[in-house]
Amino acid sequence: MSDIASKVKAIIVDKLGVDESEVTNEASFTNDLGADSLDTVELIMEFEKEFDLAIPDDQAEKIGTVGEAIAHIEANIKK
Amino acid sequence: MELKRVVITGLGTVNPLGNSIEEYWEGLKNGVSGAARITRMNIELHKTQFGCEVKNFDPTLYVEKKEVRKHDPFTLYAFAAAQQAIDDSGLDLDAIDKDRAGVIWGAGVGGLQTFYEEVKAYDLSRPKFNPFFIPKMIANIAGGLVSIRFGFRGPNFTTVSACASASHAMIEAFNYIRMGKANLFITGGSEAAINEAGLCGFNSMRAISTRNDDPATASRPFDKDRDGFVMGEGSGALIFEEYEHAIARGAKIYAEVVGGGMSADAYHMTAPDPDGKGASLVMKWALEDAGLKPEDIDYINVHGTSTPLGDIAEPKAIIKVFGDHAYKLSISSTKSMTGHLLGAAGAIEGIASILALRDGIIPPTINHFTDDPEIDNNLDFTFNVAKKRDINYAISNTFGFGGHNATVVFKKY
Repeated sequence: MSDIASKVKAIIVDKLGVDESEVTNEASFTNDLGADSLDTVELIMEFEKEFDLAIPDDQAEKIGTVGEAIAHIEANIKK
Repeated sequence: MELKRVVITGLGTVNPLGNSIEEYWEGLKNGVSGAARITRMNIELHKTQFGCEVKNFDPTLYVEKKEVRKHDPFTLYAFAAAQQAIDDSGLDLDAIDKDRAGVIWGAGVGGLQTFYEEVKAYDLSRPKFNPFFIPKMIANIAGGLVSIRFGFRGPNFTTVSACASASHAMIEAFNYIRMGKANLFITGGSEAAINEAGLCGFNSMRAISTRNDDPATASRPFDKDRDGFVMGEGSGALIFEEYEHAIARGAKIYAEVVGGGMSADAYHMTAPDPDGKGASLVMKWALEDAGLKPEDIDYINVHGTSTPLGDIAEPKAIIKVFGDHAYKLSISSTKSMTGHLLGAAGAIEGIASILALRDGIIPPTINHFTDDPEIDNNLDFTFNVAKKRDINYAISNTFGFGGHNATVVFKKY
């Protein structure tokens, strides 16, 4: 697992209070991990803080799964 | 319209004397102080370094572990008290009409800790607030979440009148039931203001005691050397239920609620009217509402916060309302033990009044060392030691910054 992926998963485990084993790349925040709309916004904010990113709302709305979050961050992180 | 009778069928609390009704009542009867040096934050440079904290509170008894961080402590305290009260009431939640069950809750401030932490974390270079900031902080959220927990779809709102909040909540719940608008309520209040913002804020107003070398005796209502109130925190919940509804299900009944009074000082932002005009008016309205004469009352659980001015005004108001009977009353300030729970004060003091009626025991005003010549000490303040006395009617006074006054009248059942 990449460094980014492991950090993303750690944030999800912390914020959603889920077991690490549930946080697969395919897992949907709302359907599989029990997040509501506020949780999802909070997750995006945590990713922004951790990776020093700004994720605009229109892009944030497209991030529905763990894998999509990792992919977005890997593509946009400042190199 | 014939008014319905209202009885109390369940109680719950988390407060500085204990995290259950039993622990609380034991503490009150034995004159235990809930005050100590504050341990949860770095207090070194603070003017006041002690308070009456809730101790050994485990929120996961009431909320799933992963949900805890989504709630301000004032909401967690509300969950605890409400759950205890519902359990105590023996209500079958599957059998009652939830459209006619409501929640009217009091909170003086609301999520002060959440507000403080989130505002402190604000970063202008990344101008965003946590999405839970608003819903965790707003003063009405505890009552809203309690209704969600139990599925109560009846009337639901929060009363905000500083230290009178929970009493206003109880009077509202009482009124809705007696008018036939609902069968039962979870009422009471919660507060959690022992944090940097709460302590320093009240310190700057010179409202709280600075007796750092002896926290346990700092809350000394009506003592000559009192120097301000002691911050407390916690919650109290009461199930108010329409009498016939309670009888039909064979409920245990603690006491009856028979009246409520409300008034305003219309005098000053924080100082009480020195003649106790608002305070005497609120007691007068409460007696009138209950259809009682001053001579009917046996016990007053006073506001008595241990502030220099407030403790002079309230006894004057009592003498004005009760005349010669004032000297036959038992009076006590349980804040001498619990500290001042602000918006939750009326709830735990209402509970103290109800237990006094039930058991015939007047809890004491502890920490009395020296009479204050400005206070009529022929009044019986139940200083230092609890007293056995069978009583039929008790009233609970609460007065809030802003000049809000509320008094609730309870009757032995």
